[in-house]
Amino acid sequence: MASTVIERKEIELASPTRQRVMGIVFLLLGAAIWFFFSRGVEAGATTTFDLVPGGFQSDLADWTLPALATLNILAFVSAFFGGVQLVRGFGKRTNAILGLVAGFFIFGFLVWAAAGKSMNLAGLLNTTLSKAVPLTLGALSGVLCERAGVVNIAIEGMMLAAAMVGALVGSVSGSLWVGLLSAVLTGMLLGLVHAVLSIKYKTDQIISGTVINIFAVGITSFLSSKFMQPNQALNDPGVFRPIEIPLLSKIPILGPILFNNNLFIYAMFIFLVVLHVGLFYTRWGLRLRSVGEHPKAADTLGINVFNTRYMAVLLGGAMAGFAGGYFTLGSVGRFDEVMTAGRGFIALAAMIFGNWTPFGSFGAGLLFGFADSLAGKLAILGVRIPSEFLLMAPYVATMIVLAGVVGRGQMPAADGVPYEKE
Amino acid sequence: MSDKENNNKQDAGKVLIEELTAGPEGDSFWERAWNSVSIPLLAIFSGLVLGSILIAVTSESVWTAWAQSPWEAIKAAFMEVRIAYGALFSGSLGSPREIISAIQEGDPDQIRRAFNPILESLTASTPFIFASLAVALGFRSGLFNIGAEGQLFVGAIFSVFVGYSLVGLPAIIHIPLALLAGALGGAIWGFIPGWLKAKTGGHEVINTIMMNYIAFRLSDWLLSGPMQRPESFNPVSPTIMDSAKLPKLFGPPIRFHIGFFIALGVAWLVWWLLFRTRWGFDLRSVGSNPHAARYAGMSIVGSTVAAMSISGALAGLAGTNEVLGLNHFLAMAFSSGYGFDSIALALLGKSHPLGVVLASLLFGTLRTGALRMQVTAQIPIDIITVIQAFILVFIAAPAIIRTIFRIRGAEGPEEAITIRGWGGE
Repeated sequence: MASTVIERKEIELASPTRQRVMGIVFLLLGAAIWFFFSRGVEAGATTTFDLVPGGFQSDLADWTLPALATLNILAFVSAFFGGVQLVRGFGKRTNAILGLVAGFFIFGFLVWAAAGKSMNLAGLLNTTLSKAVPLTLGALSGVLCERAGVVNIAIEGMMLAAAMVGALVGSVSGSLWVGLLSAVLTGMLLGLVHAVLSIKYKTDQIISGTVINIFAVGITSFLSSKFMQPNQALNDPGVFRPIEIPLLSKIPILGPILFNNNLFIYAMFIFLVVLHVGLFYTRWGLRLRSVGEHPKAADTLGINVFNTRYMAVLLGGAMAGFAGGYFTLGSVGRFDEVMTAGRGFIALAAMIFGNWTPFGSFGAGLLFGFADSLAGKLAILGVRIPSEFLLMAPYVATMIVLAGVVGRGQMPAADGVPYEKE
Repeated sequence: MSDKENNNKQDAGKVLIEELTAGPEGDSFWERAWNSVSIPLLAIFSGLVLGSILIAVTSESVWTAWAQSPWEAIKAAFMEVRIAYGALFSGSLGSPREIISAIQEGDPDQIRRAFNPILESLTASTPFIFASLAVALGFRSGLFNIGAEGQLFVGAIFSVFVGYSLVGLPAIIHIPLALLAGALGGAIWGFIPGWLKAKTGGHEVINTIMMNYIAFRLSDWLLSGPMQRPESFNPVSPTIMDSAKLPKLFGPPIRFHIGFFIALGVAWLVWWLLFRTRWGFDLRSVGSNPHAARYAGMSIVGSTVAAMSISGALAGLAGTNEVLGLNHFLAMAFSSGYGFDSIALALLGKSHPLGVVLASLLFGTLRTGALRMQVTAQIPIDIITVIQAFILVFIAAPAIIRTIFRIRGAEGPEEAITIRGWGGE
């Protein structure tokens, strides 16, 4: 016990080491921009970014950049930051600078990949946002559960089951809203199973989550091949259509991306704000977090640890159910076997990457969604990097964060520990 | 060394020995034996009962009978379940009548066909044995290896590569080499999260989940690029050399190969390592009580890294067994979730190699029988996964089973594992 605590402190507080490591990281990223991208473009080549997503009318002109000059500037600024970091250090702003340099690297990659060609940047961002929705919502489910001290690796299973029930009930009832409600209830029901197993029976929370994942795969595949595949009428719920918000959707660039979406994306933004405020600025949130950090102390102060955890896991289940509804009711309008395809686990990664906070999760969800949508574009652009490596990036990034290389996340202290009342 | 420290060490040793030798309670041998198998057996029984309820309520004939009278519906439900489970057992064990008549006739072709189901069940159990040994070894050392699936993929990649790229070796060298390569691949994939856990405290559950997906993407890339079969448009690897294929013991249609015996041998080896060597004692000590183990001077770092690597190697062998014994090449998504099923099996077998082998035999049998059930009774094979989830619930929360069957018994520390939160300890 003692030695682990010391180890953690060393990683967190050993600023000279960390300062040097980060400086070298910045320098390397700058060098990489120059080495991989700058040298790969012709002297006079330009990169054109289309700023209007497909299907939209706009007078907005394309954004044309001289590729080589842009890349050289990006490389130089990154290296400059690296030098400053090594000599003086950015102190508290190191992480912000890291984000900036990483952003430079990604932008440099885009400039290089689309050099001499045109790329629809707005379209890319649009896909990024829609891919980020299930990841963010799933991660919010994780935040709710884990802030109260219950590990939830069953996000995947909850989403999958909710996706199927949403499609089935939506088709039978003929109403998208009833379908969505049933999806949310399905998530809650599985959340209840998770809560009863892990809070009442004190089952190991990872096993309880695994049970739900296995069960969800089994039951959805069973019901879908027994009923939904032979009878397609049971698998045709339709989708929520995009709602264009007047005025706001006319804002250049951001308007069409942000304000012409379906229910799920708007709901995601609302949930983000509500959860952020709820967790960090209300008594409800303080109680929930205290149960996740130090249940015994919370109990002494009269907070009912068990009830709080039940509530958090049920809400988390509902959130995962809502995320599951997105797959069938918000995007393809059909259920396919195992259609979540591991996105629940990426959501888990996004939650960890986002440091157990709503907005952090959203940022991570965007980043992972961006990697996903970019992977689909590589082949079109003729870039000779296997798209699989981009798809690996979220997982590798999460492992690096978990290892504490770029600063350790603040996970709830009692996460995963069943509470025993004395 | 001060007195206090000395005392602590002695206490630590006492605690460890008490924890590790604690067995099921009971006065006589039979009582103890019953106490240790009652929960798993009742869990399997309850799982099958719940599965039959699912079969009944999703059956059309039951609902048409319901329209007539509830009694008819119950009769129809019994019929439906009998057909389904009948197909399940005849599909996995063969029918005794067929076996007897085949032996009387003496026609070798007929004998092979009669014995095929049971041998097919053993073949299907083999990857389960390897993979659940992997998870069980992890549990014994206090680690939750949820990444058997990824390790299995990497093992398969390594062994297929050795299988097709080395030409002209005799089988006696080529097969062991390919097996070792598979174990090595899995071991590397287990080593990384083990090392990260030991050095940085990053939780192995998250890291092994991440490693799973990295392995899937890696195999996607390899199969559509460097390892893709020439002149093929499908993402499949070349077929391995004949010298690397695990020998089949009987003629077609029997697919049974020596992989099953290798699995039994490995299970014995794991038992010997865990329960008959000092290294295994250290490993189990760290698993059951890391604080006491540290006081007793055991290396937590070393045992974590070693346990994850060996666990990975075992999982790698599961994939290796499939590609060298059955498929003879690697395709995308060739594994049907052995790595995840194995978590349930390791728990069902109480993380003991013998229990794990028995649990794996059970599930290999169920899976094989479910194929027949799918054909004769139109019940999707996924019902096995559902039954498995039910069994796992009852194993993980034995209190439920005790309540259902009114068992009064040891509330003691019978769970093989407890994970201490994301933070490690």
